[in-house]
Amino acid sequence: MLLRKSPSLEATIRSSEITPQHVFEEHQHSRRRFLTSAATLGAAALAARTIPSLINPPTTVQAAEQLKTISSKYTLDDPQTPLAKASTYNNFYEYGTDKSDPSHEAYRLQTRPWPVQITGMVKKPQTINIDDLLSYRPLESRVYRFRCVEAWSMIIPWDGYSLSEFINFCQPLPSAKYIQFFSYNNRKVMPYEPSSYDWPYREGLRMDEAMNPLTLLTFGCYGQVLPNQNGAPVRVIVPWKYGFKSAKAIVRFHFTDKQPATTWNEADGDEYGFYSNVNPNFDNARWSQAHERRLDSSLLPRNIPTQMFNGYGDQVASLYTGMDLKKFY
Amino acid sequence: MSKRAIILLKVLVHLLCLAPLAWLLHFYTSGALALNADPVNYITHYTGDWTLYTLFASLAITPIRRLATSLGFLIRFRRLIGLYAFFYATLHLATYIFLFSGYDIATALTGLHAGHPSALVTQWKLIWPGMVEDVLKRRFIQVGLFAWLLLLALACTSPAFIMRAMGGKNWQRLHRLVYLAACAGVVHFWWLVKKGNNAPWKVTAVLTLLLLARVAYTAMKRLKTPTPIPTRPSSV
Repeated sequence: MLLRKSPSLEATIRSSEITPQHVFEEHQHSRRRFLTSAATLGAAALAARTIPSLINPPTTVQAAEQLKTISSKYTLDDPQTPLAKASTYNNFYEYGTDKSDPSHEAYRLQTRPWPVQITGMVKKPQTINIDDLLSYRPLESRVYRFRCVEAWSMIIPWDGYSLSEFINFCQPLPSAKYIQFFSYNNRKVMPYEPSSYDWPYREGLRMDEAMNPLTLLTFGCYGQVLPNQNGAPVRVIVPWKYGFKSAKAIVRFHFTDKQPATTWNEADGDEYGFYSNVNPNFDNARWSQAHERRLDSSLLPRNIPTQMFNGYGDQVASLYTGMDLKKFY
Repeated sequence: MSKRAIILLKVLVHLLCLAPLAWLLHFYTSGALALNADPVNYITHYTGDWTLYTLFASLAITPIRRLATSLGFLIRFRRLIGLYAFFYATLHLATYIFLFSGYDIATALTGLHAGHPSALVTQWKLIWPGMVEDVLKRRFIQVGLFAWLLLLALACTSPAFIMRAMGGKNWQRLHRLVYLAACAGVVHFWWLVKKGNNAPWKVTAVLTLLLLARVAYTAMKRLKTPTPIPTRPSSV
């Protein structure tokens, strides 16, 4: 069937007159930057800088692409965190250290084409494209608790399939004991990337952790393609670990026999261990991990007790039998 | 400067210093705060930031007066702005106690409405042990609390009659602690953020500038008034 545009629309707006989306966003962005820098002139204006973001919370309002998903047994009854909150409160230091930075800056990222490398101890190292990865298995909609090491948490529906399916596709050698994730890094796209870290961002899991069905290779959330600031086009979600273990914008999966280097462990090994399992009995230097602030649509804080393994002990506790979790934090 | 002008200026300074709080309340009442991803975190940072800004404003008065003698009247506002720094520091501390540490305001208020004011205390008892542990364990909280205690001492001794009772010299000596409080506030910020996050560099730069201005002034004053050559005691 031939699809025709409505003639009235065609008559009023020629396609050449339509501002391309990236130009519009660029303009909006530079306008916002100008306004912000102008506002810093006065002392009172210091406050003004924060007002627009409050009255009009920054949301990358793009015509988000809907994903076709199937239902999953992984669901939760807790009220979900609104997408507007989950997409404006992100620790994604490549785009700046403030949690509102990624939602303002990540629009520069182009998620196509996106070659994904499979390297290290695999039968055949190869590069595949993101769309093949996306369509490799049906996407499940799974609702997970998301617990940040900063003692706040969200309830988020993620869309993806078990990382184990992809690992099987990669055909790792029996000698491969760990998987390392490399995130995208490009200073042109990330002009505010702090130079105090060793980029690119790297994370990793032990193979049995990566093969656990809970570990999700994630392409979307809330039934839509992931917003850039949430790790588009592909990330992992490891729900029983602190959020920073769930690497975003992955460009390379590396299979190795040694415990791989991870960014936060390198930056501050005393605070961020390789395992970083959610553990209410083991405090971080900065935050007590016994409680968490649940971020949903309520204004008043709801401080709730943090659960061991973020409540996923039934599925994952056996991975750590015999291990001293205070030593392997 | 006429008395009327001073009063007018004082009102203006009060309004300026209260503006950040007015904004915060407006965000709250307009419902915009609830849309923020993490309202508690937002209020914590907002009150902390404004503690530093007002403290810096009060510390900027002396260098400004030295640069422009015509602005000498600004001294009348230094103590006032300093008190607002204590005011925002107290809001910041209250945010930590009542919002951050898990004090269940909703339950406490429901209890209060039902005629049980003890609900306020019950909630307090619930969070108290955790808070003590938090303070004992975390140096960024310790240094922040230290800064607040310093500001508390300065605020308590700020009334004119206490100043008179203490004597100008003593009062000034005590109130030099404001530099220590400002430094502790900035250290509090550095120790709070994760390693490698250099977000506090801006406030650090401002504070350094404010402190250097004083060092430079003292050095210049020394150069202008040559120290008399000490006469050598005649040795036998």
